[in-house]
Amino acid sequence: MRTSTGTRLTLRTVALGYLFALLAVPIGLILWRTFGDGVGAFIDSIRTPAAISALNLSLLIVAIVVPLNVVFGVATALALVRGSFPGRGLLQAVVDLPFAVSPIVVGVSLILLWGTSGWFGGVENNFGIRVIFGLPGMVLATIFVTLPFVVREVEPVLHEIGTDQEQAAATLGASSAQTLWRITLPAIRWGLTYGVVLTIARALGEFGAVIMVSSGFPGVSQTLTLLVHSRYIDDHNTYGAYAAATLLMGLAVLTLLLMTVLDRKRSTT
Amino acid sequence: MTATLFRRADVPALPTPTDPSAPPTAGAPRARPGLGRPLGVGLVGLWLSLIVLLPLAALTVTSFDEGWSGFWDAVTAPVALASLRVTVGVSVVVALVNAVLGTLIAWVLVRDDFRGKRFVDALIDLPFALPTIVASIVLLSLYGPSSPLGIHLNATRPGLLVALAFVTLPFVVRSVQPVLIEADREVEEAAASLGASGWTTFRRIVLPTLAPAVISGTGLSFARAIGEYGSVVLIGGNIPRQTQVASQYIQQQIEIDRPVNAAAVSVALLAIAFATLFVLRLAASRSQRREEASA
Repeated sequence: MRTSTGTRLTLRTVALGYLFALLAVPIGLILWRTFGDGVGAFIDSIRTPAAISALNLSLLIVAIVVPLNVVFGVATALALVRGSFPGRGLLQAVVDLPFAVSPIVVGVSLILLWGTSGWFGGVENNFGIRVIFGLPGMVLATIFVTLPFVVREVEPVLHEIGTDQEQAAATLGASSAQTLWRITLPAIRWGLTYGVVLTIARALGEFGAVIMVSSGFPGVSQTLTLLVHSRYIDDHNTYGAYAAATLLMGLAVLTLLLMTVLDRKRSTT
Repeated sequence: MTATLFRRADVPALPTPTDPSAPPTAGAPRARPGLGRPLGVGLVGLWLSLIVLLPLAALTVTSFDEGWSGFWDAVTAPVALASLRVTVGVSVVVALVNAVLGTLIAWVLVRDDFRGKRFVDALIDLPFALPTIVASIVLLSLYGPSSPLGIHLNATRPGLLVALAFVTLPFVVRSVQPVLIEADREVEEAAASLGASGWTTFRRIVLPTLAPAVISGTGLSFARAIGEYGSVVLIGGNIPRQTQVASQYIQQQIEIDRPVNAAAVSVALLAIAFATLFVLRLAASRSQRREEASA
């Protein structure tokens, strides 16, 4: 399409102006307000006991969610790609479901299932295990929203590698555990890593689903995202909220960089 | 940075139907790794049921605890209905803004050339990578009470618009970009050499090629916008009948212990999202069929 210089410059100005007003200026402003008083103030703000406990809780949730997603994600991908069973299409649809569900709806659903008056209320009423307003609830919410990542990243790789090598291994007498460990897992490692990075990023950043099922006490049941919220809303500590948001933003940028690297790695191997 | 970053995962296989030629299952020998076997499938089914299906089943059943009329009353209660109207209205506007400006940005990123283009391209992915609550804080710093420009969008509908436009920005850009890269420029040049103006060429040649990608990106950003919570929670103001969106209404109903109301509006929200994705899938398979027919 031939465009005059005038048109091109106008389009460029509109596009960049929009991105500037929507993304660049607000983000720049946050950084400026966070570091305006020096890096010391930022560090002090993210090293308060409440902030450290929030970071620890976020990391703890990640540490629980990632292994579960890896195991069940790879199993689901294998079942979807290699299995032939009735209801395969249904399984496909269920895996995509979390993308279509609002985080708040995730929280409500979990409350209605695991809350004291929910279907599984017996778990808390009879065994004293606090699911909603406890760690298990936050973990369940995080698994719900991150469930598709590992499956959707591993699935295409499994399609691509086919079953030749696995069959060869089986012919040579390898057990299915050996085949999985020596053939399948090494082949899918980059896809899996990519899925794990996405899972970590989303787990650290999830807000809506987690706030519904957390009691939100500072220093006890606050994740990093809940800390940002409560500092701004409850404590009117705007600076503290900016600082915690900057920390999360740093983690997000790190994720983006990691993904770029992984993307290159994946396309070369 | 690749154009497909995040798209693959965040925008799942929904608009593209799964490849029917792919599964190498038929006739595969029995000796394959254990997880394809019934035990593995059973475990996977159990896991997905426990994590995803049972919570949603509990939600749906609860929404009908007081029968059809109870469900209907909960959804059509004036404040609930108003929140759904605000949600859908604002999301439609955001989706349209995305359709126009997203396509424009994609065009500039593919066809234009300027210093720092790669940086701008990388910036597009940021809204998907940023936690939504951070998006909220970020926008409040510029458009909130402490705005250095004196722009106060706090607790207004334009505030909602800005927040939703921020979190849905990548959808259209990232779905149009690859199509534009692949597009056949010779056809455009032919049109131009036959005397078509730039606008005519765009309207008659480029736009029809881009349309499926624009529609898919627009639909996905709408589906995302109606469920959004984190990015609007601080800037939206949560004023019933004015800026309260459906997710905020649901959250409020849980707080005042009205689970049936919360569940009913949740189901309504889910239904809108599913309907949107279903229409998108239909549109995608239709345009694919048309493409195959013309090929």
